[in-house]
Amino acid sequence: MNDHEELDDIPGTTVFTTERSRQGFQLNQFCMSLMKEENRERFRLDERAYLDEWPMTEAQKQAVLARDYNAAIAQGGNIYFLAKIFATDGQSFQQAAASMTGMSSDEYAQMMLSGGRSPEGQRSIKEGR
Amino acid sequence: MARITAGVATSHVPAIGAALDFGKSGSDYWQPLFDGYDWSKEWIKKEKPDVVVLIYNDHASAFSLAVLPTFAIGCAESYAIADEGFGPRPVPVVLGHADLACHITESLILDEFDMTIINEMTVDHGLTVPLSLMFGQPEAWPVKVVPIAVNVVEYPQPTGNRCFELGKALRKAIRSYDEDLNVQVWGTGGMSHQLQGPRAGLINSEFDHEFLDQLVQDPDTLKKVPHIEYLREAGSEGIEMIMWLIMRGALGKKVKELYRFYHVPASNTAVGHLILKPTK
Repeated sequence: MNDHEELDDIPGTTVFTTERSRQGFQLNQFCMSLMKEENRERFRLDERAYLDEWPMTEAQKQAVLARDYNAAIAQGGNIYFLAKIFATDGQSFQQAAASMTGMSSDEYAQMMLSGGRSPEGQRSIKEGR
Repeated sequence: MARITAGVATSHVPAIGAALDFGKSGSDYWQPLFDGYDWSKEWIKKEKPDVVVLIYNDHASAFSLAVLPTFAIGCAESYAIADEGFGPRPVPVVLGHADLACHITESLILDEFDMTIINEMTVDHGLTVPLSLMFGQPEAWPVKVVPIAVNVVEYPQPTGNRCFELGKALRKAIRSYDEDLNVQVWGTGGMSHQLQGPRAGLINSEFDHEFLDQLVQDPDTLKKVPHIEYLREAGSEGIEMIMWLIMRGALGKKVKELYRFYHVPASNTAVGHLILKPTK
């Protein structure tokens, strides 16, 4: 495999590589299925039963059930696919993004209004910049 | 012959579409953003383009990970609006210009850009939000669209250089089409934003402004910026900006900047917007 040392050196960031795309394929396919209203309804009715129709790992299913998007990304999920889950929940992209940062929705919204998260100290773990 | 009369760059944040669709564009939060497009809406009414070649990315709507093309071009007569998880946006169907699209496809592939050819697909906010920003809420879109979809979702995305070169080939393709058409090329996405992980919410206005300046004046330097630089400086989703380089490549060596707008935030994202006129 290619060396992804640089990609893995960005704080708080998971770069969606071809390898992760393989790992998360079924999870992300499940997310795509939520683009149909009849599937969203079935999912809402019994999330566990709906997830069990997909050949996903237990860790992937647990991440979805808990709406733990950091965990879902660690299991190969990609944010544009996971967006189908929070759209189904009626949650905005900003609320979902906030949930991954450890901040409350209000704190996060305030940070964005104040110009967003500064890149200072957020560029490289190794170089501390 | 077809003429490339202008280039437009704009971000394509989904929340902008939602604000418009749910009648919130006049709110304190959204008004400053929509005000930034007033000039553009007036300008394009006068320009009256026949066709927009619209460079955008699909956000896991038409393309799952089953098949993920790096560069794809739509040759269809029309494109239905995708349901991204909350029902399709209530916007008009997008009409294609199939004949021009087929001509561009042949020209690009013979020019060694191995495009994936699409005859049926839905289009998501990546394509419809720029149309909404430029045209508002019409009964029908006043232009035909040739969509060019770029993979910016999965690493490695095409390089900035490859995007710029594709733009140059696109210029040749459009200008060799044997009908007098007023064609604009739009590059969409960006600017700095990160939608995932503990670093979500990253905005780098310094990087964004430098990108805007270089896109206008010195794209030959800008095209060399590597992936890691976008990822570190502009956020994991900020790499969408490579699509603006395709538009810039299509405009030729020199351009005149007619309009610029920059606004933070729209949801999680820094919004950038440029209107450029090719000068030679």
